[in-house]
Amino acid sequence: MDLSRLTIDDARSAVQDRKTTALGLVEAHYARIQKEDGQIGAFLTLSKERALEQADRFDRMAAEGKPLPPLGGVPVGIKDVMSTRGVRTTAGSKILGKYIPPFDCTAVARMEAAGAVILGKMNCDEFAMGSSNENSAFHPVRNPHDLNRVPGGSSGGSAAAVAAGMAVVTLGSDTGGSIRQPASFCGVVGLMPTYGRVSRYGLIAFASSLDHIGPLAKTVKDAAIVLRTIAGRDPMDSTSVDIPVPDYVAELDKPVRGLKLGVAKEYFGEGLDDEVRQAVETAIDKLKNLGCEIVPVSLPHTPYAIPTYYLVATAEASSNLARYDGVRYGHRAAGVKTLSEMYRRSRDEGFGAEVKRRIMLGTYALSAGYYDAYYLKAQKVRTLLTRDFEQAFGKVDAIVTPTSPTAAFRLGEKSNDPLAMYLADIYTVTADLAGIPGISVPCGKTKDKLPIGLQILGKHFDEATILRLAHAYEQTA
Amino acid sequence: MRVTENDVDYVADLADLELSEQERTGMVRDLNSILDYVDRLNELDTSDVPPMAQVSDCYGLEQAKPGSEKYAYATREDVPEGLRLSLPHEVALENAPDSDGTFFRVPKVIER
Repeated sequence: MDLSRLTIDDARSAVQDRKTTALGLVEAHYARIQKEDGQIGAFLTLSKERALEQADRFDRMAAEGKPLPPLGGVPVGIKDVMSTRGVRTTAGSKILGKYIPPFDCTAVARMEAAGAVILGKMNCDEFAMGSSNENSAFHPVRNPHDLNRVPGGSSGGSAAAVAAGMAVVTLGSDTGGSIRQPASFCGVVGLMPTYGRVSRYGLIAFASSLDHIGPLAKTVKDAAIVLRTIAGRDPMDSTSVDIPVPDYVAELDKPVRGLKLGVAKEYFGEGLDDEVRQAVETAIDKLKNLGCEIVPVSLPHTPYAIPTYYLVATAEASSNLARYDGVRYGHRAAGVKTLSEMYRRSRDEGFGAEVKRRIMLGTYALSAGYYDAYYLKAQKVRTLLTRDFEQAFGKVDAIVTPTSPTAAFRLGEKSNDPLAMYLADIYTVTADLAGIPGISVPCGKTKDKLPIGLQILGKHFDEATILRLAHAYEQTA
Repeated sequence: MRVTENDVDYVADLADLELSEQERTGMVRDLNSILDYVDRLNELDTSDVPPMAQVSDCYGLEQAKPGSEKYAYATREDVPEGLRLSLPHEVALENAPDSDGTFFRVPKVIER
């Protein structure tokens, strides 16, 4: 069995038809992880006990001839920012190095209820802060297509594991591009749903007005199956919205002919690598050949998205990360004499450089005298960025762009220059700020054989259309 | 240089971070470089633009409903157990760096 091509339906029907067992699938994946992951570094923790128990449940179901649920027996990975009961959850940080959550993230619980078998927890940038996975406090992740290059971030482990056939699908999280950019770098599909579509209960918070959970998968159909599984109102997350969840899988095969696709010049300007531009333009031509109408649109505030993002996200992070104080859980510094010394030393020892930098920037942007100039200003520009999309979506059904200005860069290439690293997210942060859904789908490779991603952005709660477009494009490749 | 070492000390204090000498120097450099970059936001006139705090304010709500009634779907009855049972005491203490079995234990709170 070729694990690198195994899809959800392949795995589920193999278990259902008794061609293999869920247990066999789990063991095959663990064998592959054993063989490959020493080099790649995609997993932080394996949850073997939980996986075997779950696999057994669905093997018995299959043996009794009962129909398996949509993910029955399918081995998956979960980004280590999602809480898993009884399984260590670190957020890629030393401060949570030994943390064992007493509860499950809703998205994880829904995956398991649909039959998914959780192999383990995926490496990521510390608290999902990064674009290369080099900020993991444990070890970096390497790109399966070229081990000298990064897998992207922050869901680098989630993307690399799917690309290397170490999991059928994974869950990631996206605050500024952290699902779509690594999907693009690793040549897999990555979907960020609309803000409010998927519950974040149990997701370790980075920036609450921007955090999203979504799938990384080998095919668009797999991404649709996972979204259908995890979407929908959850009373435990008041930002999850009570809007019906369509059958994304059934919608995939609807024709794309006649759909209007926006192309914004702001996403094809300075800084875009020529090979990426060429691949994306070729992809747009293919969509045109499928009967889509290409319409020029303007998103004039795009150049202001990165500065807006780094003020809003860091301000929220500085508040969210205040909870790590060494009292109830997490790292506590040894040998401290007073409470305030304990807070400071625990946080100093527990947080890495990028997390401290963002807490500092966010605290500064919220501090007396600077709040209006930085945080409030950024929130106002966020309104302008969102209006750009509202206007564009008055004319088009979806917008197509490159996912990232370049293919995967080398480890160490940007790690000493925070600003250069932030610019890796230039085409993805806008969707997080506006709360609209976006998908990255592979669209060819560079001459160095590095994957390139096509990004398709949609209207609020219109994942069905971007999935349909991505699926139609995928069939041409 | 708009952010000085003194500013960094002040902000680190607000954020309950203890920074080494080396970290402090790096932070002055990085914060200035990032703030210079975010300055481009001032090219935009936002005097008539409302700030946006939450995406969900934009959709999913019955706009005809007044005030907080718009968000009624997100609320529930105020009952003792709420949406789930509280964690058992011992489970809530399992991740504690230090506890006496009943409470979280911390160093002296009042400094003298």
